[in-house]
Amino acid sequence: MSVDEKTVRKVAALSRIAVTDEEVAAMVPELSKLLDWVKQLAEVNTEGVEPMATVIDNTLRLRADDVTDGNIRDAILSNAPSPEHGFFGVPKVIE
Amino acid sequence: MSKLTDLGVAELRDGFRGGNFTAREVAEAFNAVVAGASALNAFITTTPEHALAAADEADNARAAGGDLKPLAGIPIGMKDLFATRGTRTTAGSHILEGFTPPYESTVSGKLWDAGAGMLGKLNMDQFAMGSSNETSSFGPVISPWRARHESGERSNTDLVPGGSSGGTSAAIAARLCPAATGTDTGGSIRQPASFTGISGIKPTYGRCSRYGIVGFASSLDQAGPMARSVRDCAIMLEAMAGFDPKDSTSIDAPVLPWEAGLNASMKGKRVGIPKEYRVDNMPPEIEALWEQGIAWFRDAGAEIVDVSLPHTHYSLPVYYVIAPAEASSNLARYDGVRYGLRDLPDGANLQDMYAATRKAGFGWEVKRRLLIGTYVLSAGFYDAYYTKAQRVRTLIAQDFDKAWEQCDVLLTPTTPSAAFAPGAQSADPIAMYLNDVFTVPASLAGLPAMSVPAGLSSAGLPLGLQIIGKALDEQSVFNAALALEQRAAFTARPEKWW
Repeated sequence: MSVDEKTVRKVAALSRIAVTDEEVAAMVPELSKLLDWVKQLAEVNTEGVEPMATVIDNTLRLRADDVTDGNIRDAILSNAPSPEHGFFGVPKVIE
Repeated sequence: MSKLTDLGVAELRDGFRGGNFTAREVAEAFNAVVAGASALNAFITTTPEHALAAADEADNARAAGGDLKPLAGIPIGMKDLFATRGTRTTAGSHILEGFTPPYESTVSGKLWDAGAGMLGKLNMDQFAMGSSNETSSFGPVISPWRARHESGERSNTDLVPGGSSGGTSAAIAARLCPAATGTDTGGSIRQPASFTGISGIKPTYGRCSRYGIVGFASSLDQAGPMARSVRDCAIMLEAMAGFDPKDSTSIDAPVLPWEAGLNASMKGKRVGIPKEYRVDNMPPEIEALWEQGIAWFRDAGAEIVDVSLPHTHYSLPVYYVIAPAEASSNLARYDGVRYGLRDLPDGANLQDMYAATRKAGFGWEVKRRLLIGTYVLSAGFYDAYYTKAQRVRTLIAQDFDKAWEQCDVLLTPTTPSAAFAPGAQSADPIAMYLNDVFTVPASLAGLPAMSVPAGLSSAGLPLGLQIIGKALDEQSVFNAALALEQRAAFTARPEKWW
């Protein structure tokens, strides 16, 4: 097994996904199998090969440093689950 | 006269212009068949009023005698991955339930500007992650196709429409819309097109803007059209493609007149046959279809060339490192704060809320990919998995570069099998991922690739052939696809049971 329960819990925590004990147990063999499968990439000789950065040659463009947007607060908040006083509402983060 | 809903994009366009019918008649006919096809579950949201409004505009323009827009009078379907202003957009996921975009994706906006109307938002695998449309939070899409028993009798067993653009493929095959949008990250246009006997092209990466398309794997995601003919796909792509400053990876190249450039002669063209695509355990009928495709190209005047793409075997493992890695970054935005679902258990703090929201909102396949993606990007594993995969990806792209020294397009099967039954492959993720074995390499290299229906399996189910072309050479892909289409003369269609 490439990963154990502890690793799955750690990765789930990093991914901000709550998991039950049953889900962890189910994920261990699934992730292990997938990771074992992708490990075959190790057999490819990639010495001197650059990692791909852009699939089609294209230069990342810069745009003029102008204000092109704004004054759309209500549109932005229109899908928020809990907007408050023109802001995104979240549970208290400072005691 | 055949039924309006049997007509494709070009026939509807020309018939409307010729005064054979009104755009409203067309929209009403399609709205009616959409409403009557809920058994297929192809649509998540229907928008009959949108289709009618566009139709009325087209009829008024025709009455006024002015210039008609290129897609005037054509109602289409929109994969539910494209943000549509004022119409809910779900990406097939519970976590986006209730999300109504206040903005329009560039591709959908271009289609409306071209005069098209929207019949509805099409079902899909959740966040485009899947090859069978079984991962949608809104239930699986059922293919209109049914297998035939040896007796010739039609089976009553459901089949998958492919995925992730499975609502799109099912709707077009069932004549619920003449054309629709798809998106393709590793085969999500081509594989469902192959499973349902329709055509679909993934253009060169960067041809269609990604602005307003819910992101999955940004270096691979690309929109494209699906329809029942090569010509209809060319018409649609002309409306969808084009440079967009809102997408940093959009290609600044002119949209070409692909429809006007259609030419089925392959004289002087070289068609490459990549030997590595002869995978182990390839079903004999797929092998035979491929041989048939080669014979059709010879007949069309092409020279057949054997080529080698030596790193093909590593495409799927590369894809299943890179796509989950990019997804784990992209899907970090679903936090229960700005849009979509929020799950706030009693007494939960902000971190608990993130975790509870994402637990409740994401399906199992999405979670699995997010965990894999987070793992391969995590400290200590990044180089061994992610950087390694990006290096092998470079080699895969170089394989294609070398092949282009010998040929103009490549011919391969689209899928290693015909459509299967729901549940048949969901127990083993790797078996499901193998559906994309022939489509993923072109995605990794950003190349245009198209599937066209080429024949039926022994069980009477559609099988497709794939054409892969050079970057930005969609015309050669369309032309080769047309040469196949003319020789395959694929007229089979699903018998209505829904």
